[in-house]
Amino acid sequence: MKTGARLLVEGLQREGVETIFGYPGGAVLPIYDELYDAPLRHVLVRHEQAAAHAADGYARASGKTGVCLATSGPGACNLVTGIATAYMDSVPLVAVTGQVPTTMLGNDAFQESDITGITFPITKHNYLVKEAAEIGQVVRDAFFIAGTGRQGPVLIDLPKDVMTTQVEHVPEVREARLRGYQPTYEGHPRQVERAVALIREAERPLLYIGGGVVASGAAVEVLALAELTAVPVASTLMGLGAVPCDHPLSLGMIGMHGTEAANFAVTECDLLIAVGVRFDDRVTGRVEAFAPNAAVIHIDIDPAEIGKNKPVDVPIVGDAKLVLRAITAKLARQERGDGWLSRVRRWQEEGAGAAGTADGLSPAAVIRQMNALLDENAIVVSEVGQNQMWTAQHYCFRRPRTWITSGGLGTMGYGFPASMGAQFACPDETVALVAGDGSFQMNIQELGTVVEYDLPVKVVILNNLYLGMVRQWQELFYDRRYSYTELRPVDFVGIAKAYGVEGMRVENPDEVGPALEAAFDAEGAFVLDVRIEREANVFPMVPAGAAINEMIGRRGG
Amino acid sequence: MRPHTLHVLVENRAGVLSRVAGLFSRRGFNIESLAVGTCEEPGMSRMTIVVLGDDARIEQVKKQLNKLIDVIKVSDITEQSTVDRELALIKVAAEPGEGRAEVMQVAGIFRAQIIDVGPKSVILLVAGDSEKIDALERLLRQYGIKEFVRTGKIALMRGMKGGR
Repeated sequence: MKTGARLLVEGLQREGVETIFGYPGGAVLPIYDELYDAPLRHVLVRHEQAAAHAADGYARASGKTGVCLATSGPGACNLVTGIATAYMDSVPLVAVTGQVPTTMLGNDAFQESDITGITFPITKHNYLVKEAAEIGQVVRDAFFIAGTGRQGPVLIDLPKDVMTTQVEHVPEVREARLRGYQPTYEGHPRQVERAVALIREAERPLLYIGGGVVASGAAVEVLALAELTAVPVASTLMGLGAVPCDHPLSLGMIGMHGTEAANFAVTECDLLIAVGVRFDDRVTGRVEAFAPNAAVIHIDIDPAEIGKNKPVDVPIVGDAKLVLRAITAKLARQERGDGWLSRVRRWQEEGAGAAGTADGLSPAAVIRQMNALLDENAIVVSEVGQNQMWTAQHYCFRRPRTWITSGGLGTMGYGFPASMGAQFACPDETVALVAGDGSFQMNIQELGTVVEYDLPVKVVILNNLYLGMVRQWQELFYDRRYSYTELRPVDFVGIAKAYGVEGMRVENPDEVGPALEAAFDAEGAFVLDVRIEREANVFPMVPAGAAINEMIGRRGG
Repeated sequence: MRPHTLHVLVENRAGVLSRVAGLFSRRGFNIESLAVGTCEEPGMSRMTIVVLGDDARIEQVKKQLNKLIDVIKVSDITEQSTVDRELALIKVAAEPGEGRAEVMQVAGIFRAQIIDVGPKSVILLVAGDSEKIDALERLLRQYGIKEFVRTGKIALMRGMKGGR
């Protein structure tokens, strides 16, 4: 005889789960009672949203499926932003929620919410489990769905009586086999052939890589193809780190705040090899002007992404790693006519260095000093906004899974809890969060969690007393009318101290290096409040709806 | 833009209809008609969905449907040789006498059955393609339609299963 709650915990263990992030409540008490002496680490966060973000950060850093747990109603609803964040960035996540007893379902009972209904659009799949005996299989299927194909979040909603029901005959858990879910991994041989032919013939090819490359573990394969056939590589925000930023073929980030080299190259290329990307509007700008003269090869594990935003000449559904291997195996070493690569190199040189004003404490300088102090295995997490784009532009990511950021949903408040999750996944690596003063205040209560679990997360707040990115848009597109984007000064060091975290404020450029060193050398967590130049902007920038090469604020442009 | 008829084979489980319908609404695809019921495979249901759109949009609809875990198979049968039917029940004002006789005559022409007769109305049952039902509705409007209900379209490919 086993209770449903026991079956859940056993199911999680069977899937190899070691750490879960959660917050207790009435409807999940049977699970918490099981967790009391289960060989699983439960991390008590201070807000359910942080549980979801922490599980997400854990998943991104480790490549494993993250797990979070919340009670019914408000607890479950507080997970929603975190689940949606994971969904948009294809992060494997299993969220377990408590639910009112089945007898009260649909009665608007205390702390009831239709969380499966609420999360339909933001989960890969979800379950409302009504039979305790099914729990083991549901957990197996949920992890299978979350962690395979195009990864994503799966929610399991468990009514309280299902958790307490005693199951007499526990059914054996079989391999997940779902009639309606069979991802394709191998690329179609004929399409692979067509891709090979296009790569051989192209004069101005460009690789355009994204988060799918990181998810599939295809970084080595991307670089192999790039080097073998001399193709430059532009990366989306989510793909940074897949190819070392200082590799000669790396053009850095493409898109709204991308590099000149990447954005000009995509405009002029005659072949675009898109791998694990989804032609997001923040990348393409005006989509008709994105790679306007190029044949397009699109490799993606999700067939629905192929041709969704941009017509594709060679669609290849499959896992990036396997498809790239198949393509590279058919290619010989290739030299490109000097023209294309030297042209690309010229754009790289012209765009090197950040544009911007020289007075005050420059955010770019802070990021570059971080880069100088941290090794290539350090994990850098960001919040959302200017801090995120400055980090993406000026930090040199060299390895996959060392860059953790909310791309698709752009979730402020994501970074701090995600950095906790990353630190749990990689306890021996330095985890540094770059935050804005606005976004840090969205989940600032997690300072409590950081202290409780001795997480040595380093927080670097680029503090400009503004919601900086919104202010930048108001400056550029709303006639400098800064409507509700100015923030009161906050004593972040005092707040950190109140929670028991060390901190330091930095106001002069020459203090930045020593302060960062002090933070990175500190035993525990550290909060650096860096007062940057107030109206620094993120440049270059492609205004929304403009063509990708119509950048403003570029060096010499 | 033209109507496409999709066959969607799904797991017969609670919530599947709302998953499918929800997918259409949140992605801005407009369902013209949707009919669902059990089918020849145990544990599965077949939906017949008519959706309006150009080829690229319909392609996206199919791909998004395929992503749902509970969806087993999606087929666009628009270009296939099919038989399709809709069913309608129409309550028409028909006083005893000349009016009722006329309504019954119209019903006869359309091969609609009279399935109920009341003091001031009759109920017609008609099966056919959408145009036939539209035509009958138009014709009966002059007598006064009191209530009108129609199912969505259901369709099957002619010949052997799988279009062979």
